[in-house]
Amino acid sequence: MTLIPEFQAQRVFVEPWTTELGSHGLMALVTFLVGATCGLIGNFLILRRMALVGDAISHSVLPGIAVAFLITGSRGVGAMVLGAVVAAWVTHGLIEVISRHSRLKQDAAIGIAFSTLFALGVVLIAVFADKVDLDQDCVLNGELPMIPLEPAVRWGGWVLGPPPVLRLGVILMASIALVAAFYKELMLSSFDPGLARCLGVRVGMIHHGLMFWLSLTVVASFEAVGAILVIALLILPGATASLLTDRMWPRLVWSTVHAALSAVSGMHLAVALDCSPAGATVVAGAGWFVMAWLFSPTEGMIPRRWRRRSAAIDSRPRSSEFGQNA
Amino acid sequence: MNPEKPPAELGVPPLEIHDLTVAYRNKPVLWGVDLVAPAGQLIGIVGPNGAGKSTLIKACMGLLPCASGWVNAFGKPLSQSLGRVGYVPQRESVDWDFPVSVMDVVLMGRYGKIGLFKRPGAEDRRIARECLEQVQMLPFADRQISNLSGGQQQRVFLARALAQESDLYFMDEPFTGVDAATEAAIIALLQGLRSRGKTILVVHHDLPTARTYFDWLLLLNMRVVAFGPTDQVFTSELLQKTYGGRLTVLSEVAEAVGAKAR
Repeated sequence: MTLIPEFQAQRVFVEPWTTELGSHGLMALVTFLVGATCGLIGNFLILRRMALVGDAISHSVLPGIAVAFLITGSRGVGAMVLGAVVAAWVTHGLIEVISRHSRLKQDAAIGIAFSTLFALGVVLIAVFADKVDLDQDCVLNGELPMIPLEPAVRWGGWVLGPPPVLRLGVILMASIALVAAFYKELMLSSFDPGLARCLGVRVGMIHHGLMFWLSLTVVASFEAVGAILVIALLILPGATASLLTDRMWPRLVWSTVHAALSAVSGMHLAVALDCSPAGATVVAGAGWFVMAWLFSPTEGMIPRRWRRRSAAIDSRPRSSEFGQNA
Repeated sequence: MNPEKPPAELGVPPLEIHDLTVAYRNKPVLWGVDLVAPAGQLIGIVGPNGAGKSTLIKACMGLLPCASGWVNAFGKPLSQSLGRVGYVPQRESVDWDFPVSVMDVVLMGRYGKIGLFKRPGAEDRRIARECLEQVQMLPFADRQISNLSGGQQQRVFLARALAQESDLYFMDEPFTGVDAATEAAIIALLQGLRSRGKTILVVHHDLPTARTYFDWLLLLNMRVVAFGPTDQVFTSELLQKTYGGRLTVLSEVAEAVGAKAR
């Protein structure tokens, strides 16, 4: 027995796009939709140094939806979103309370808050296992392989696709619309909250709005793809994009490109290794991040080292660069 | 920028602070500040470290909660006259790796006038370019802000404040970490604003230059020690009262006051 399944190019590279398009292709589409949406928000989380807050909220969603399920008894999207948003608030409040009323700094507070809440969720699900139609495996890895089995939504004569795809598609569109509508407020309140407040921008509203949208995105995504993939996709696309360009719009575009590359290469990896598509997508996404880290023309380690070497050889003063450094 | 606009209504002071007390975690850092700033003056705020200079500015801008007292700008609470008040925070208070260009930062000064859901228009860009020109940073408009020197960053902040087209400005240590050329350029610019009737409050920590730069001085050490025209306030007695017994500062003061006598 070999550890790694035998490599079959036909099965790995061709079939997902032909005979298996309805299953593997669809899975790649779902992970792309999640990656593009999370990447969009992730860019702003990274700017606001809140990357770990996204991580925390993704974890605390678990007890939130468990409690929402226990109270309402439904697995409807509304109840789950409400539970998750409340849980996100609780997480956020806990982080604030711990960091404000103790010696601990914010990073420690985040660590305490989300691990505790996540554990609470695991305990809740275990205790009420007979009542909760959720299991930890599904929470971590999602139901990606199950999505293609769901009956497609039909509208008139059109087959629109399984409900998760539609839901994620709508959320992605809404995210793009929201970023476009509040772009300047998001940028200003992230860059200089003081000036933003002075100019009448509701900095608190922007913050809470972002947190609300993050909770919503996390709930909608994690039901489909699991917590691991959501956490990773909140950071990886934005982080990769930040290594490729130092302007915001190109960053948003690059994070979407990263999401697409990760989704497709992750799907191929999952087929090749016959493993969890969520895990494979994260590995692939991390691979693209490392590529950007090493080879990015502006920030990459290798181009920089190479430039430094050629600069050492060619060390003539660049007068035009420093002429106006008054 | 708008010479035809009346700088301030007659008789209404641009800034009025009444019994302002600010506390950090129940520890007061500013006590009962009371002052009425005259219109069209360049006002320096000086005092030792920890005197509450930045705190005063932040409290005026509503960025810190006040334990008591109130602040009015142009006869109205600050929240109602935000469009007429400009703010230049300390340069270190923002992340200069932020993915925006010099132009984008200056345009941020216009956001208060643009309104929700709209993007900066041609007119905003024209004003932003004009402001960059005034601080001699126009050639850098498309640069990413992390590629700037400290003095250049400060000029960008100043251009952003100009783009706000305010009548009252608060500036937090605009001369920190800038070279002599930038310092001279900034002070010339501030004097230009003043001569157009704007009121400018500047946190400053260099005593000898404070005397030459500012028309009025606010000597601050948790309370207002003195507030008045520079030639009346810049006395060794009041400065000693402000700085306490710190030797190094006192000799500096003696030197500065001596220079004034000559």
